[in-house]
Amino acid sequence: MKENKRKIVIAVTALNAIDSPGPGVAVIRSIRECNDFDVRIIGLSYESLEPGLYMHDLVDKTYQIPYPTAGTDALLSRLQYIHEKENLELIIPNFDAELFNFIKLRDTLKKMGIATFMPDLEQFEARDKIKLLDFGKKHGFDVPEDKIIHEFRELAKIEEDFEFPLVVKGKFYDAIIANTMEQAEKAYYKILSKWGLPIIVQEFIKGTEINIAALGDGEGNAISVIPMRKLYITDKGKAWAGITLDDETYIELARKFIQVTKWRGGCELEVMLSNDGKPYIMEVNPRFPAWIYLTAASGQNQPANLVKMALGQKVEPFKDYEVGKIFVRYAWDLITDIREFQKISGNGEL
Amino acid sequence: MRVRKNIATSDEGFLFNPTTGDSFSTNAIGAEIILLMKKDIPTSEVIDTVCEKYDVDRALFERDLEEFTLQLKGHSILE
Repeated sequence: MKENKRKIVIAVTALNAIDSPGPGVAVIRSIRECNDFDVRIIGLSYESLEPGLYMHDLVDKTYQIPYPTAGTDALLSRLQYIHEKENLELIIPNFDAELFNFIKLRDTLKKMGIATFMPDLEQFEARDKIKLLDFGKKHGFDVPEDKIIHEFRELAKIEEDFEFPLVVKGKFYDAIIANTMEQAEKAYYKILSKWGLPIIVQEFIKGTEINIAALGDGEGNAISVIPMRKLYITDKGKAWAGITLDDETYIELARKFIQVTKWRGGCELEVMLSNDGKPYIMEVNPRFPAWIYLTAASGQNQPANLVKMALGQKVEPFKDYEVGKIFVRYAWDLITDIREFQKISGNGEL
Repeated sequence: MRVRKNIATSDEGFLFNPTTGDSFSTNAIGAEIILLMKKDIPTSEVIDTVCEKYDVDRALFERDLEEFTLQLKGHSILE
């Protein structure tokens, strides 16, 4: 006899499964794979050509939402409209740039009956790239030295504090390694035009890059920690293949991060294991990474457990996962129809 | 010459280091030597076994084994 499971309506953002992918599609895939509940997935998109919009086996219905720069009022108004139609129970935002607005709206959403499971504003801002050095010093994490640049002339003085190579980073995305002052200037302008000010200049740490996907319960407990090493990296620095690792150093590092921040929700620690064996935290992304399906594949389904916690269930920390599990990303030409494109472009719904 | 405990090995000579994510392939004789090393026997016994089985010059094999061992240490396969 078929078991009747309650259908949970979950809205998910970041459906841009492109060469520099958003995590949305991987989050949905993980949630759908969990047998503990049935789901209706509502995609929230920014662009008409985000591939996830057209993946109808994963996404039941999509609505466009305003860009983060439009502010919380515009976002709330759109979410109210979507909620009237879909009766949303949970929203999982997956973009760094949109998180601020969603966090600001958390209490309002809760009153509307929509759950979220995100860090609070203090947690979110403490791990910001701009404050990472202070965060590291405060809690005893190894973090590379950095300097926040607010105008070009500050860059000219950078040689007083840093040796080349160094890393020039945008406040949300992008990092360029500069070997000379000329390269640093070029990187500055490239990132400035894309992401604006401030720009972060960071000490270059030579070593092996490790990424850790973690899920915190908001009370200081790490429900899941999965370390991964990129096996194949695209020209944008994104993992195209990766493998789960077995090293207590990384697991302890992520547990400590979640404990001191009381992190609520998913996050990704970008770690550089220096050649002398120190794990430097290079960045903390306040949401699941695009490779999050690997956590489900290796036995710790982080997105599904976020859903459970968001809906008030108690979840016990995972103990084991499969080491040596590999993901290999691939490109696939999804075929759709002009009518579909017209619907999302013209009506903002598909 | 001790193979690290967590290193996964196959009879075909595939090695996987789960701490670093590195994997390596050796040829058939390399695989045989690693399987012997995994038995935690003295190096002299590894040399005796291989030399007896393959009728190889002992001095030559000792040199080759030293080079192979250095490579394995460099890749953190051996302790």
